[in-house]
Amino acid sequence: MNVTQIEKAVKEIYERVKSESLGEEEDMLINVLHKVQDHFGNFIPPEAAETLAELMDIPVSRIYEVLTFYTMFSTKPRGKYVIRVCESTPCHVTGGKAVVEALKEALGIDFNQTTEDGLFTLEYSSCLGLCGVAPVMMVNDMAYGNLTPERVKAIIEELRGGEAK
Amino acid sequence: MPKIKTLEDLMKIKEDAVKELKLREAGKRGKVIVAMGTCGIAAGAKETLKAIVDAMNELGVEDVAVVQSGCMGLCDVEPTVEVALQGEEPIVYGHVTPEQAKRIVEKHLKNGEIVSDLVVKRGQV
Amino acid sequence: MPVAVVANTVLICAGGACISAGEKSVKQVFEEKLKEFALDSVVRVVETGCMGACNLGPLAVIYPEGIFYQKLTPQAAEEVVVEHLLKGRPVEKYLYKGPAGEVKAKAQEELPFFKRQVKIATRNLGVIDPTDIEEYIGRDGYFALMKALKEMTPEQVISEIKASGLRGRGGAGFPTGLKWDICRRNEADQKFIICNADEGDPGAFMDRSILEGDPHSVLEGMAIGAYAIGASKGFIYVRAEYPLAIERLNIAIEQAREYGFLGERVLGTDFSFDIEIRIGAGAFVCGEETALMASIEGERGQPRVKPPYPVESGLWGKPTVINNVETLANVPPIILKGSEWFASIGTETSKGTKVFALAGKVRNTGLVEVPMGITLRELIYEIGGGIPGGKRFKAVQTGGPSGGCIPADYLDVTVDYESLKELGTIMGSGGMVVMDEDDCMVDVAKFFLGFTVDESCGKCTPCREGTKVMYDILEKITSGEGTREDLEKLKELAQFISEASLCGLGQTAPNPVLSTMKYFWDEYVAHVEEKRCPAKRCKALIRYVIDPERCVGCTACARVCPVNAITGEVRKPHEIDPEICTRCGSCMEVCRFDAISKVSP
Repeated sequence: MNVTQIEKAVKEIYERVKSESLGEEEDMLINVLHKVQDHFGNFIPPEAAETLAELMDIPVSRIYEVLTFYTMFSTKPRGKYVIRVCESTPCHVTGGKAVVEALKEALGIDFNQTTEDGLFTLEYSSCLGLCGVAPVMMVNDMAYGNLTPERVKAIIEELRGGEAK
Repeated sequence: MPKIKTLEDLMKIKEDAVKELKLREAGKRGKVIVAMGTCGIAAGAKETLKAIVDAMNELGVEDVAVVQSGCMGLCDVEPTVEVALQGEEPIVYGHVTPEQAKRIVEKHLKNGEIVSDLVVKRGQV
Repeated sequence: MPVAVVANTVLICAGGACISAGEKSVKQVFEEKLKEFALDSVVRVVETGCMGACNLGPLAVIYPEGIFYQKLTPQAAEEVVVEHLLKGRPVEKYLYKGPAGEVKAKAQEELPFFKRQVKIATRNLGVIDPTDIEEYIGRDGYFALMKALKEMTPEQVISEIKASGLRGRGGAGFPTGLKWDICRRNEADQKFIICNADEGDPGAFMDRSILEGDPHSVLEGMAIGAYAIGASKGFIYVRAEYPLAIERLNIAIEQAREYGFLGERVLGTDFSFDIEIRIGAGAFVCGEETALMASIEGERGQPRVKPPYPVESGLWGKPTVINNVETLANVPPIILKGSEWFASIGTETSKGTKVFALAGKVRNTGLVEVPMGITLRELIYEIGGGIPGGKRFKAVQTGGPSGGCIPADYLDVTVDYESLKELGTIMGSGGMVVMDEDDCMVDVAKFFLGFTVDESCGKCTPCREGTKVMYDILEKITSGEGTREDLEKLKELAQFISEASLCGLGQTAPNPVLSTMKYFWDEYVAHVEEKRCPAKRCKALIRYVIDPERCVGCTACARVCPVNAITGEVRKPHEIDPEICTRCGSCMEVCRFDAISKVSP
């Protein structure tokens, strides 16, 4: 994707969010960043941040100030599937550690890394609020509960299989 | 959807919604049981069942549950429908077409009269 | 004649927990099979919000009988359709079973888990279809808004809420009516109402369940609040970790606008009000109200100094009321049924009910709504079903990272804002993590502090640096290198951080350490003086040993050991080399002869 395409995409997202919002202009930043991140495949490219700064008439440093504060935004490319494992108490006490080990093994990466094929990124998450079926993880917007090392491996295999087709 | 402005508007929607919700709750005056074995379905029990539900909605009969059962063993008179109201002996009707189903709802469920020409059995099956 | 009772509505729990436990495909199977047997036009399949019993999920209840199925798989769903819906025979093996294995078909009526509950905030969860506004109306939804707008002045609404004794369910327990009143009295040109749905405490998920299962109750509560304080605009700040809640809220807001409950001239009156959703981006501190407002304004979510309080100067400097999800869900029933009814439930100072999320080492995990004033024992043993695996209860952690641990001695204490505070913990948002004898309290304290270290926004020094120093000391203690002086230092730091931090996050961060030190001092001492972990949890302080009497030499442990620390000949007792062993515990799990155990030191 070249710079002009990025600019065009960001502009479209910005206009759309603006038309849907009831609020003031300056407070749209986080909403826009969510949409931009979704659009560019789980990260916010520098060109997009620059375009956004121009559109909103604010310094680029302001954009980075905000986006680096929130853990869900990323400035470097992430995998197609961002796997976020809950590391909170209920998951911790119900065998979350074994699940984490199984994930690392199945993916061959550590936390905050992306697999070579660009499919998976592994991250920690704060409580996902699904403690009744702990341990849990989310793959993009899909939650998986009652995890065991076996189930985790099966889920990864299935996602990989779906990609191979 | 016109915007709601008065309590009456709101009550109207509530009444409709309560009808929907009531279908789920127990504590009814009785039940209509439609035999839905493979034989019954083959004889048209699905249409009969639908007709009963529709007729009940239309006539505002809310306090009777519509339930299904397996085959009653009366295969030669399918579709069969049993009406079991509290304090009355159960009545089994046979050859219940959608038209007859409507009659049963109207006469038996609403007015408490047994539709005698369709009765194939009285009392516990 | 066979038992001819078959229901016509299948309620499937579509709460986040059940979906993640597999509900989606269970629902598909239900629908496919119903179609196959031509039952699809007469059996309704309805997705409802969380039914609360998450550890039994995926769940389904079949009406009119109210037969309660648990732990459904796609195959089980198929059987339920064929046996129950078609042939009228409940499938016993998927019914709820009591502790003695007895089948309880109508679980919702019979089980203490369901029977002991009083549902106000969660009144519609598992009962209505959250994506259908008419079902909400069918359960008296929006009647409270109608009553407030048409029959009551804003002052009357406020005095009703004040009289009910409703207090904030998000943590601090500030009286809701008073908050509204202060904001009402402020004569600004614009005011805001915010719903704080940035539920972040580990182990708490009641807000998610309410948003997913009954979003309209929150919208109605907000509209009533907006009318009372004089706001024309509201925001719901939801964390991005809850995509389903966001989706359901969006649907609900659309429907509410369509029916005239939101927008210009609500219900034909002069009152106009609309709501917008704002999505967080993964920062725990944004649950703190001033940080939350900064985030809505599009800034870094860092807290501001209080006072001024949000009711004086909040969003964009305008007076703002911030209420939690559960608090708002309580508002419509109070307006509709009156403050007297609400105030008749609960204790002297804590009125109404509270939703708790039971998690950890307890048999029935899930959401429960109980009257304030219930004892911890009733909550954990009667409703929660006690501790699984014959283990001993050790402590219950309430209030998340801002709260503390309560030991077994205080199980008969009643649950209300004041008595929990006396014990050195807080009600918080209602998370309850139960711990048993295998949990090390120093490790638990370290876990929560680690959470704070991660989530501290970095603005003020005591929280940013202080919690890190405390964490390092705990790390030292759990790895067997702690000293008596460290314990003193920990206490001193804890005191300092809670006094000097800018916002609630830092002020309460030392609570998990302080409360475990208060009740489990011996455990801390054992770690530093005897280098012993009584719960045998801290890796550096334990060893795995093989009992030569029991070991039959099956080699299972040696094969599973990832670092080859186990040696021994076939059919002869094996040995573990503690120098090589990484204390992963795999050997203990595979041993079928109970020959391997942990010892400390």
